[in-house]
Amino acid sequence: MTQTTTSAPRDYRALSRESASRALQVRVRDVRLRGWLYVLPALAAYGLFVLWPLIQTFKYSLYLWDGVAPPQWTGLDNFKTVFSDPDLVSVLEHAFELIIFFSGIPVVLGLAVATVMQRLAPRRLSAAARTVLFLPQVVPLVAAGIAWSWVLSTSGVVNQALSAIGFGGVTRAWLGDFGTALPAVGMIGAWVLLGLCTVLLLTGMSKIDPALYEAAQLDGAGAVREFVAVTLPGLRQEIGVCVTVTVIAALSAFDIVYISTRGGPGNATMVPGLMIYQLAFFNREVGLASALAVVLMVLVLVCILPIQWLTRKGSDS
Amino acid sequence: MSKMRILLAVWGVAALAVAAGGPRGAVRAATVSAITSWVHQGTTAEVAAFGAIGRASSLPTFQSACGTKPVTMEGYFETGFPDIVDLTQEFTRQYPNVKWHIREDQFAIITQNAPLTLSGPNPPDLMRLPQVSGLVHDRLLKNLDGYFKAYHWDRFPSSQLASIRAAPSGRPRGSGPLWAMGVNFSLTGVFYNKTLAAKIGMTTVPTTLAQLDALLAKAKAAGITPIVQFNGGATGGLLFPLQQLMAVYGPPGPINDWIFDKPGATIDTPSNLAATEHLQRWIKAGYFNADANATDYPTMMSKFEHGGGLLIFDGDWESGNFDKVMPGKVGFFLMPPLHAGGKHAAMSAPLTYGIAATAKHADCAAFFLNWVATNPTARKINVAVGGSNPGGPPDLPIPAVKPGSVTAQTLAAGKVIARENGAMDFIANATGAIYAQAWTPEVQKLFAGRETPAGVLTTVQAAYVKQVASGQ
Repeated sequence: MTQTTTSAPRDYRALSRESASRALQVRVRDVRLRGWLYVLPALAAYGLFVLWPLIQTFKYSLYLWDGVAPPQWTGLDNFKTVFSDPDLVSVLEHAFELIIFFSGIPVVLGLAVATVMQRLAPRRLSAAARTVLFLPQVVPLVAAGIAWSWVLSTSGVVNQALSAIGFGGVTRAWLGDFGTALPAVGMIGAWVLLGLCTVLLLTGMSKIDPALYEAAQLDGAGAVREFVAVTLPGLRQEIGVCVTVTVIAALSAFDIVYISTRGGPGNATMVPGLMIYQLAFFNREVGLASALAVVLMVLVLVCILPIQWLTRKGSDS
Repeated sequence: MSKMRILLAVWGVAALAVAAGGPRGAVRAATVSAITSWVHQGTTAEVAAFGAIGRASSLPTFQSACGTKPVTMEGYFETGFPDIVDLTQEFTRQYPNVKWHIREDQFAIITQNAPLTLSGPNPPDLMRLPQVSGLVHDRLLKNLDGYFKAYHWDRFPSSQLASIRAAPSGRPRGSGPLWAMGVNFSLTGVFYNKTLAAKIGMTTVPTTLAQLDALLAKAKAAGITPIVQFNGGATGGLLFPLQQLMAVYGPPGPINDWIFDKPGATIDTPSNLAATEHLQRWIKAGYFNADANATDYPTMMSKFEHGGGLLIFDGDWESGNFDKVMPGKVGFFLMPPLHAGGKHAAMSAPLTYGIAATAKHADCAAFFLNWVATNPTARKINVAVGGSNPGGPPDLPIPAVKPGSVTAQTLAAGKVIARENGAMDFIANATGAIYAQAWTPEVQKLFAGRETPAGVLTTVQAAYVKQVASGQ
C-alpha cells in the first residue's frame, strides 16, 4: 500500500484544532470511498450473477410456472410439496447419505495419508505423491464421471480385479444395482475430493510448531497420543475448511451423478441438484424446482454454519 | 488521484454494460409478444389465403413459399440422424437460393430447450420436436392446417398424422389442428443376430408368442444371452418389449387412447397386467442381460453388434446402420401375436418436425416438408439414409432397396402394420414427464425385482393422472 498524496496539509500543527479534525474526517472518508471503488466492479458482478438470480429463485418458488405461460401465485405450497412428497424427501436423504462418502472418507483418509506422507516419506516422493493425489481435482468432473462409469461397469477394471483375486461372485454392475449405486457414486466423489483434503491437511501439519511435538515426546506420548493431542487440535481450521468444502460438494452434487447414473436406477441416486434440473426443464415445474433449490440452500447453511462455528471457536486459544 | 479516476472509469463502463442489457431485453420481449399476438390474429387470415391459393392453382410454388431472394433457414435437429441433414443438402442442391443453418443436440437436450428456443428471438423454422402437448398449450408451434389444405396433405393416410394433431389446449391428441409433420415413419420390432440364431437351430421366425418364449429358452440353454436391452440411466428401454407385449395381449386402440390423453383412458387394464407379468417372467428367467439397468442405448447397440445377444427390441432407425455394420447378419420380425394368424401391432411414430409460431420462413419450411414427402429424390434419400417409411401419399412408390437388407425387411413389415392398422405411438410419449419420472424408474425397479407388475401400472397411472391434470 503506497502513501498517496492528499489535498490535506501535512503539518496539522499549523491549523486550528477544528479544521485539523475536519481534514482528518475528510481523509478517512476519502480512504473509505476509495476502498468501495476497488470493490464495486466485483460487487456488481456478484450482485448480477449471484444475488439477483437468488432473489429471482425466491420469487419463482412462490408461483406455479412452466417457464413460458403466465405464472400463478401459490404462496408456500411448493415448499409444502418439497417436505411432503416422498419422492422429494428421499432425494434430500440421498444428499445426506452422500456426505458420508464425499466428506467422511476424504477427511479421515486424508488425515491418514497426510500423516504418513509427513512422517515417513522422503521429500521428493512426498511431492510426487502430493501431485498425483491432487490430480483428480484438476480433471473435469464430467471426464471423471465417464471414466469411472467404465471402471465400475460389468466388464470394468473393478470387476476384473475382484475376479482376479477370487471374488468373482461379488462382481456386478455397480452403478446399475439398486443397493450399490449410491455408494458407488459416493466413491467417485471421494476419489475427486481426497487430494484436496490431503494437500490442505499436509499444509496445515507443516504449520504446527515442532516444539509442541518435542514437548509431547518429553511427556512420554506415543505416536497415537501425539496425533490426538497435538496434530488434530493444530489442524482444527484445516479440517473445518475440508469438511465445509466437501459437505457443500455432497449436498450440491450434480455433474458426477448426471454423468454416471442420471439419478437411476429407479430413483436410487437422485440428488437435489439433479432433481431441480429435471423439475425445471423436463417437468416444466419451475416453481417447485425453485422451492427445492431454496430448501437446498438453507440445508447447506444449516450444515455449514455449525461446522464453521465449531472449528473457529478454539482458534484463539 | 489517477488511480481513483481509473477506478471510476472501470466502474462507469461496467455499469453502462449492465444497463445496456436491461432495456434491450425489455424491447426484445415486447417485440416477441407483439409478433406472437399478430401471428395468432393472422392465422385465420392465412388459412383463408392458402385455401384460396389451393382453389386457384394446384399447389404453392417454390417462389410463393420461399421467394426469389437468398434465404437462410434455421434448423434445430437431433444428433445421430443424418437423414434430415442430407435432405436439407439435397433441397439446397435443387433450390440454390435456400441455405440451411443447422444446430444439433441430443433428444433430451432438445426436450429441455424446446420451450425456450421456440419462444426466443431467433426461433427455428424447422425443429425436431419432442412431445407436442405442452408446446401446443403454450402456443409455441405454428398451426399447419392452412398448409394441410394448400398442399393437399389429405392425400396422406390420416392415421399417419393422427398423433401430431391435438386440441388447441394441448390435449387430447389424435384429433384437432395439425401442429407438426412427420419426415418419416419409424417402425419397431425385434432384430435378431442371424449367426447366433443358426447356432441354436432357428430356421424360421416365431409366429406366435409361445414360439418366441421357446426360442428365448433355447438361447438361454445354449449359453447365449437371449435379449440384450438398454434400461440404464434415464432411459427405460424395457418399455419396448413391454409395449409390444401389451399389444399382443390386447388391441392397440386403448393404448393409443391413453397415449393421446383421451379422457378416461387408463393403462391399468387386465390385458396390460398380463403383459407386464409376462415381461416379469422373462426377467426372472434371466432372458435379459444381467446389467440391463446399467446399460444405455449406445452400449446395447455395441453389445449386439459384437454378438453379445440374440435379440434386441429396437426400431428401423437402425436398419441403415445394421446394413452398414453387420451386412447380411441381421434379421427382423414383428412381435408375434398370441395365436397363429392373429393381427400384428408395432410402435410406429412419425419423426416429428414442427415450425415455430414466430418462425421467419414458415412458408418455406412447409414447402420443404411437402417436398420431403413427394419429391422422388428426397424419398430415395429418406429411405436409404433414414431407413424408414417416407410416408406421404400411398400412391407414390416406396423407393426400392437392396433385397434381403434389413431396410427391405423393415419396409415390408411396415406394409403389414399399415394393412392390419396396428400402429401405436410410444407409451413414453403420453405426457412430457411420464417417461423420465414414472416409466423409467418403474421398469428399472421391475427389473431389479423391487416392484410388482401391478405396482408398475398403478404407479404410472397415478403419475399420468397428476401430470395430465397439471397440463404437462
